[in-house]
Amino acid sequence: MSTATATHDDHHDHGPAKGLMRWVTTTNHKDIGTLYLLFALVMFFIGGAMAMVIRAELFQPGMQLVDPQFFNSMTTVHALVMIFGAVMPAFTGLANWLIPMMIGAPDMALPRMNNFSFWILPFAFTLLLSTFFMAGGGPAGGWTLYPPLSLQMGDGFPFLIFAIHLAGISSIMGSINVVVTILNMRPPGMTLMKMPLFVWTWLITAYLLIATMPVLAGAVTMLLTDKFVGTSFFSAAGGGDPVMFQHIFWFFGHPEVYILILPAFGIVSAIVPTFARKPLFGYSSMVYATASIAFLSFIVWAHHMFTVGMPVVGELFFMYATMMIAVPTGVKVFNWVSTMWKGSMTFETPMLFAVGFIIMFTIGGFSGLMLAIAPADFQYHDTYFVVAHFHYVLVTGAVYSIMAAAYYWLPKWTGNMYDEKLGKMHFWISTVSVNVLFFPQHFLGLAGMPRRIPDYSIQFTDWNMISSIGGFVFGFSQLMFAYMVYKTIKGGEKATDQVWEGADGLEWTLSSPPPYHSFTDAPEIK
Amino acid sequence: MHKLAGIFTAYLGAAFGSAQADWALNMRQGVTTTSQSVYDLHMIIFWVCCVIGVVVFGAMIYSMLYHRKSKGAVAAQFHESTTMEILWTVVPIVILVGMAIPATSTLLAMEDSSEADMTIKVTGIQWKWKYDYVDGEGAGVSFVSSLHPDHNEARMVGSGADLTKFGDSYLMEVDNPLVIPTGKKVRFLLTAADVIHSWWVPDLGWKKDAIPGFVNEAWTLVEEPGVYRGKCAELCGKDHGFMPIVVVAKAPDDYAKWVAEQMGAAEAEAASADREWTKDELMAKGEQVYNTNCAACHQPNGQGLPPTFPSIVGSPIATGDAAAHIGLVMNGKPGTAMAAYRDVLKDADMAAVLTFQRNAWGNDAGIIQPAAIKAAR
Repeated sequence: MSTATATHDDHHDHGPAKGLMRWVTTTNHKDIGTLYLLFALVMFFIGGAMAMVIRAELFQPGMQLVDPQFFNSMTTVHALVMIFGAVMPAFTGLANWLIPMMIGAPDMALPRMNNFSFWILPFAFTLLLSTFFMAGGGPAGGWTLYPPLSLQMGDGFPFLIFAIHLAGISSIMGSINVVVTILNMRPPGMTLMKMPLFVWTWLITAYLLIATMPVLAGAVTMLLTDKFVGTSFFSAAGGGDPVMFQHIFWFFGHPEVYILILPAFGIVSAIVPTFARKPLFGYSSMVYATASIAFLSFIVWAHHMFTVGMPVVGELFFMYATMMIAVPTGVKVFNWVSTMWKGSMTFETPMLFAVGFIIMFTIGGFSGLMLAIAPADFQYHDTYFVVAHFHYVLVTGAVYSIMAAAYYWLPKWTGNMYDEKLGKMHFWISTVSVNVLFFPQHFLGLAGMPRRIPDYSIQFTDWNMISSIGGFVFGFSQLMFAYMVYKTIKGGEKATDQVWEGADGLEWTLSSPPPYHSFTDAPEIK
Repeated sequence: MHKLAGIFTAYLGAAFGSAQADWALNMRQGVTTTSQSVYDLHMIIFWVCCVIGVVVFGAMIYSMLYHRKSKGAVAAQFHESTTMEILWTVVPIVILVGMAIPATSTLLAMEDSSEADMTIKVTGIQWKWKYDYVDGEGAGVSFVSSLHPDHNEARMVGSGADLTKFGDSYLMEVDNPLVIPTGKKVRFLLTAADVIHSWWVPDLGWKKDAIPGFVNEAWTLVEEPGVYRGKCAELCGKDHGFMPIVVVAKAPDDYAKWVAEQMGAAEAEAASADREWTKDELMAKGEQVYNTNCAACHQPNGQGLPPTFPSIVGSPIATGDAAAHIGLVMNGKPGTAMAAYRDVLKDADMAAVLTFQRNAWGNDAGIIQPAAIKAAR
C-alpha cells in the first residue's frame, strides 16, 4: 500500500493505519473487501474439510470413520459454512472491492456500517462452530433446519440460531450499503443502464437479501420459541404445522439460491467480453433477465417441497413457475455464447473459469429443469441427483465465478500478475476432478441412493468410490488457489493499469494497485 | 495390516467383480404404470436437454476453436439483435409448454387415489416404519418394520463385517416387510410419530413425506409379484440411513394366506399377554426388543450417549418406580428424542423390554408382567 499513499501525498493522513488495528478499525472499502475475501477463503477450507470427511465415510459401504450423528452434523455444517460463510461473504467482498471502482466512487456510502457488517461474521461463525464442543454436538438436522428434527438438537441449538441471526444481520447491512452506494454515489453521466452488469446483479441481489433475510430470521426465531418458550408454531400437537416452516424457509431459501448466483452472472458478463475483445451481447436483455429471475425467485419456493403433500393445483402452479425460470436463464447463456461468437478470444485463467462456469452451470440448469417437473421430482427429490444438481450450480457455478473473479481482478488489486501456469494448472485439475466428483452423483441418485446417508447399499459402491476420489483431488487442488493468492500478494510481474488487453470499465482506468480512496474526483463517463 | 488387506481385497471384489447392477446410470423403470410414466417423462426431458446442450455447447466449442486470437480472428463489434433475443425467448417457451403437457397429465393421475381396493396407514417413527391395514382385505393387521438385525449389526462403526454376503440388499432388508396383493389399487395414508420422514420405493415411482400430525395420501398398483426395496428419503435424525422399506407384492391367493397367518399370530400374541411370564422368558424376549427399538440411542450396553440419550444403567427411572418407567416408555418424553412406544410395542414386548432394562447390566429392579402393561394402557 506504500505506492497508494505515495501517489496521494495530499491525502496521506487518510492512509491505512499500521498493524492489526488497521484491519479492526478500517472503514476502507478495499480493506474490508480483503477481509471478506480472506474470511471466505478460510471458511471455504473449513467447509471443504467437512466435505472431505463426508466423502471419506462414503468411500465404501459400511461405517468406518464417524458415527451417523457426527456424519449428519458434517453435511449440515458443511452447507451452512459454504453458503453463509464462504460464497456469500466472497461476493460481498467482491462487491466491496469493485462497486466503488466500477461506478467511479471514492468508497462505499456507509463505511462504518461496512466495518461492522464484516466484523460480525467471525463471531457468528465462532458461535456456529463452537456447537461441536457442546453437549449433543453440532447441528445435525440439515441446513434447512426442518422441525421437528432440528428441535431435537442438544445444548448448541440457541448458538446455532444466534449464529444465523448474526450472519443475517451482517448480510442485510452489507446489502443496504450496496444499495445506498449504487443509488447515491454514481458520478454524473453514470446512468443505471450504463452500469457494469456486476453492479446491476449486485443491486438486485441486495434487494433480494433485504427482502428475504428477515424472513429467515423470523423462521428461526419461531424455532427458538418453539424450543424454549412453549409456542407451537411448528408442532401439530399444539395446533401448529411443521410444513409451515418449510414454506417460510423456502420463501427465503429460493431467493437465496439466486443471491448465490446473480453476482456470478455479473462476473462472467465482465470477463467474457474482455477475453473475446468484443462488447457484451444484449446488455439490456441481461439486465431484464436478471430482474425477471429475481422476480420469479419469489414465486417458486414450493418446488423444494413437491413431496410434502400439497394440493395438486399448488403443485402445478409451482411446476409451471419454476419451468419459466429456464427462459431468462437461457437468455443469459445465449447472450454469453453470442458475445464469444466472432470474437478474438484468448484463454487466460479468468476466461477458462468463466467458460467452465457457462458450460457447467448450464449442466446444473438442465438438471434443475428436470427437477422442476413435479412427477419426476417425486423420484429425484432428496436423492443424490439433487446433490449433483446443486453442486453443479454452486461449485462449478458460484465458486467458479469467484475463482474467475479472483484471477481477473487480483492483478488490479495487488499490482502483481498471478502465475499463469499455476492458474491454468489449478483450472484444469479442478475441472476434471470436480466432474469426477459430482457427475456420478447423478447416476447414484437416479439408481435410488437417498442424500444425507452415511452408509449405503453395495450396488452404489462404484460411483461413490469414483466420486470420493474426485472429491479428494478437487479438495486438495484448492490449496493451489490459496498458494496462488499468497504468491500474487507477495510479488510477481508488475501489472499494467489496463491489465487485460480487452478490459473495459472504470476500474481499469485506476492505477494497479489502485489508490486507497478509489475515485476522489468524479471520473468522466463516456 | 493383514486384516486390512483382507477387507480391501474383499471390498475390491465386491466393487468390481460382482454381477449385480453396479455402474447403474439411469432411473429405474419400476414396476407400476406410474413409475413407467415417470420414467418416460424423465427420458423426454433428458433428451430435450441433450439436444439443447448439443446446440449451445456446439456453438460455444465452434466459437472457441475458430474465433480465437491465435488463429488470427478479428473481433466483430456487434452487440445486440432484437430478432435473436425474441427468438431465443419464444423457442424455449414453446419447448417448455411441450414438456408441461405430459407432466401435467402424469401428475394428475398420480394424485388420484380414489377407488382404492384397500388402505394401509404408514407411520414413520425414528427409525422404523409401522404399518396398519385399516381397510380392505387384511384390515386389522398391524406391525412394525425395522432394519434387519443382521444388517443392523453389520452397520455399526468399525464392525468390519463382510457386507458382500448381503448382496444388493445391504441396509435394504427389514424384519417384517410390508405385504400387498398384486392387481389391487392400494391407498397409503402416510403420517409420522416424531419427525418428518419420507416413504420411498423407487420401483413404485414416487415418494411422499410422512409428517407428524398430518396425513398424506398416495397409491400404487403392482401387477407383478416381487420384492421391492426402498429407504426413508427425508433426513430424520441419527439413523436416517437405516430405516429401509421392503414391499412384498404377493398374488391374491398368497396374500390371503399371509393375512390369515398374521391374524393367527395376532391372536396368539394377545393370548400370551394374559398369562404369567417367567423372568427368563421376559429377559430373552426383552433383549431382542431392546436391540431393535432402544439400542440405537441407548446403545447395546445401555449406557446411552449422554446427555442426548441418557444411560439406562443405574438410572433412577429404570431402577425406580415401575409405574413411572411404564409411563415414560408408553408416552415418550416431549421435547426430546424419546418417542412414545404405546402403539409400537405390544403388551408382552413392552413388559419384556422393561423387565430387561430393569435387570440387565447390573440393574436389579424386579420384573414387569404383560398384564401390568395392559392395565396401564
